Amino acid sequence: MAAEQELNFILNGEPVTVRVRPDELLVDVLRKKLLLTGTKKGCGEGECGACTVLLDGKPVNSCLIPAMKAKGREVLTIEGLSKSGELHPIQEAFIEAGAVQCGFCTPGVILSAKALLDKTPAPSEEDIKTELSGHLCRCTGYVQFIDAVRRAAQKMGPK
Amino acid sequence: MRVEAYHFPQSLEQCLDILGRYNGGASVIAGGTDLMLALKEKKVALEALVDVTRIPEIQAIEFKGDSLIIGAGVTHGMVAGHDRIRNVFPALAEACLSVGSPQIRNMATLAGNVVSAQPAADSAIALIALGAKAEIVSPHGPRTELAEDLYAGVGKSRVDCRREILTRFIVPLPGPHSGNAFTRLAPREALALPIVNAAACIVLEDGSIKAARICIGPVAVHPFRPQQAENSLLGKPAADPAVLEEAALIASREAKPRDSLLRGSGKYRQVLVKDLVRRALEAAVNKATED
Repeated sequence: MAAEQELNFILNGEPVTVRVRPDELLVDVLRKKLLLTGTKKGCGEGECGACTVLLDGKPVNSCLIPAMKAKGREVLTIEGLSKSGELHPIQEAFIEAGAVQCGFCTPGVILSAKALLDKTPAPSEEDIKTELSGHLCRCTGYVQFIDAVRRAAQKMGPK
Repeated sequence: MRVEAYHFPQSLEQCLDILGRYNGGASVIAGGTDLMLALKEKKVALEALVDVTRIPEIQAIEFKGDSLIIGAGVTHGMVAGHDRIRNVFPALAEACLSVGSPQIRNMATLAGNVVSAQPAADSAIALIALGAKAEIVSPHGPRTELAEDLYAGVGKSRVDCRREILTRFIVPLPGPHSGNAFTRLAPREALALPIVNAAACIVLEDGSIKAARICIGPVAVHPFRPQQAENSLLGKPAADPAVLEEAALIASREAKPRDSLLRGSGKYRQVLVKDLVRRALEAAVNKATED
């Protein structure tokens, strides 16, 4: 049995401590040890984007990085997005635009959308396509994503 | 063998020390996007991972004197989004932007892309065309080598990541009347390996070509410089399209792309080499002329 190391990081705004194997992937620690199954494991090779989480605000494939890389840093998963039972405006926008069907890619896409809107509050269509280019979706045809991100930008922007 | 420890050294000295203690059993990890897959697929066996992304002295992008310095922890995303690099080294910014996806670019480093030693690696192609050097520290002391000299075969680097650290790239700043550009064709714009990619770097003097560097991938076991094509350009008028066309043709004859189930036939890719090299040269000359 390989040695486990203590890992401390900020998960969805709260400090957590968990023991992990040195080569254990972040996605597995989130899903199996911290029981946050909103983060999906799709291809396991960084191709599909389903496992996307935000590490210090930037989208990363949690299936490609050792959990230890989160040490002392902030991780945001889909579970950290809604506040006191209220959906985040991006989540509302995805529902309104019909950008959710089977739902497997959705948590990752929403987190990439959040990273985009945090740095670019009024993104162009090109900005949206580029930022979401690391996600595969077999249901929506992607058009609804663009609509959803635009709606989210309006909801989140200056009134 | 199982990985028994994950280390975050705080200095290069400490990093070398840890690698030395494992005597070849531990490896440097930067972004980890290649290494973690290799570990999972059991292509490598390691006792420990030594993470270089928290060693303060090798995390920065810095314009210093007549060079651009890119530390080992610098990601493709940082380079692609860097305004001054986009302006001075569009070839490098574009190449970095074409790697993987935003998620991969936020982790994967340029140093990792060179040490992974794949002949198609976009940022390596650009670095080599720009004449980048790499600084390496090892138990025997530091050394500086041209990035293009670090290749020992497909996936094999002359940087031994179990004992040494590629600490930074040093890219010479282009002088006046110079330009650089990157071109690429892939099945789609994200998460697709290139069928062919090319970068060119041109310096002009009184309208004629004073210096030219071209790098192409994946047409050999390492990023490939078509030196006959480069030499054919020297002293020729940059404004003559036939000059660039001729150089691109020579480059396509020097390159020996193989038939590939993934990338297409060798003949097809040879035609692409000609087209992509010509386009890269044209774009580089245009920038040099504006300069």
